Amino acid sequence: MHGFGPVNPEPNEPVFHHEWERRAFALNLAAGFLGRWNIDMGRYAREHMPPAEYLATTYYEHWLYGLERLLVQKGLVTASELDAMRADGPGGVKALSPADVPKALRNRRAARMDDDLVVPRFKAGDRVRTKNEHPTGHTRLPRYARDKVGVVDRDHGVFIFADEHAASGQKIPQHCYAVRFEGRELWGPHAGPRDAVFVDCFEPYLEPA
Amino acid sequence: MSDHHRHDHDHDHEHDDRPGPHGAPLTDVQLRVRALESLLVDKGLVDPKALDALIDTYETKVGPRNGALVVAKAWVDPAFKQRLLADSTAAIAELGYIGRQGEDMVVLENTPKVHNVVVCTLCSCYPWPVLGLPPVWYKSGPYRARTVIDPRGVLREFGVDLADDVEVRVWDSTAELRYLVLPERPAGTEGMTEEQLAELVTRDSMIGVAVVRATGRRGAGAPPSEASR
Repeated sequence: MHGFGPVNPEPNEPVFHHEWERRAFALNLAAGFLGRWNIDMGRYAREHMPPAEYLATTYYEHWLYGLERLLVQKGLVTASELDAMRADGPGGVKALSPADVPKALRNRRAARMDDDLVVPRFKAGDRVRTKNEHPTGHTRLPRYARDKVGVVDRDHGVFIFADEHAASGQKIPQHCYAVRFEGRELWGPHAGPRDAVFVDCFEPYLEPA
Repeated sequence: MSDHHRHDHDHDHEHDDRPGPHGAPLTDVQLRVRALESLLVDKGLVDPKALDALIDTYETKVGPRNGALVVAKAWVDPAFKQRLLADSTAAIAELGYIGRQGEDMVVLENTPKVHNVVVCTLCSCYPWPVLGLPPVWYKSGPYRARTVIDPRGVLREFGVDLADDVEVRVWDSTAELRYLVLPERPAGTEGMTEEQLAELVTRDSMIGVAVVRATGRRGAGAPPSEASR
């Protein structure tokens, strides 16, 4: 949380700094379109990178790590193929064609599900407390926002619950709320009095306060 | 193994995989990516032309110019602005900026009393259809760690000094909602066309780490490879 130093934005930064970054980016997307994993599994895979390695490497190296992990875990590539970087046989799944790229990228629906699938437990204005839970699997409740009291700013509607989606692929519908936390609630009395952080919380992260 | 090589001399060509004027062999990560692509192509799992199309889309076709046009339209068209704030996804879709990592949009309006700034502490979530791919600083430790705890300090680094009575709202993109800041329209832009206004709107202002200036430099122009601030 502390000690990271200045942000250091690069002026006129290019979209990609190296050719390998372009390819790593595209490989990730193209492999993802094969449908063997979902975006939450993608994030979860990257989260397995050993912390020291994660901090010492660049962004697309994180993507590369996650991709290699998923390719083997989801059975598209065998561990020995990856080790030798040599194919032993066909992949068994048809590649995304260039003609299908625009359609694949212009999806209108991702994680959102129908609102009437589940009745919301909370509404705007409710005081809530995030649970003091620290799962070992994938979760989207940051540590800094656990066991904190906030106010529901809005109900975004029903979405695929990320934690379960990453673990099992099941699409469990849950309401997702923007919850407002005052800076002082999160960081103590030295935080700015007019600073607030909004965290998008799935309903399972919350209980009434 | 990370691909960091520093140069003392000035050059404007980008780094690619050729052992060109530097005479350096390919780095580990370059080799690894090439080998992985070959492996996946050999297995019929990826088509290199599809890879090219994916790259081309985000390198040349989708970028902050899209978001700038949304902002400019909101500034000149009050009915659009109302729609934008009420149902951001639908309003942005009117302009055609739909798709991956922008399926569920929320637009946040900056006012004289409220300044919004967006971060993804957990990874790098960012509204691709309106802003393109995120810059390195957005995806890196310092921004991700510090913005939630010291937003005013981070903003000062970007040259934004907010008065004490301005409320700062930091939005951590922890779910699949994607946030776009609607920056304040600066004074001195009365009578400008939508196109002229869009030229002033920078990517950074739509993340919330900059404000728009009436005499701003061209920062949101297409293609994204030309201007990225």
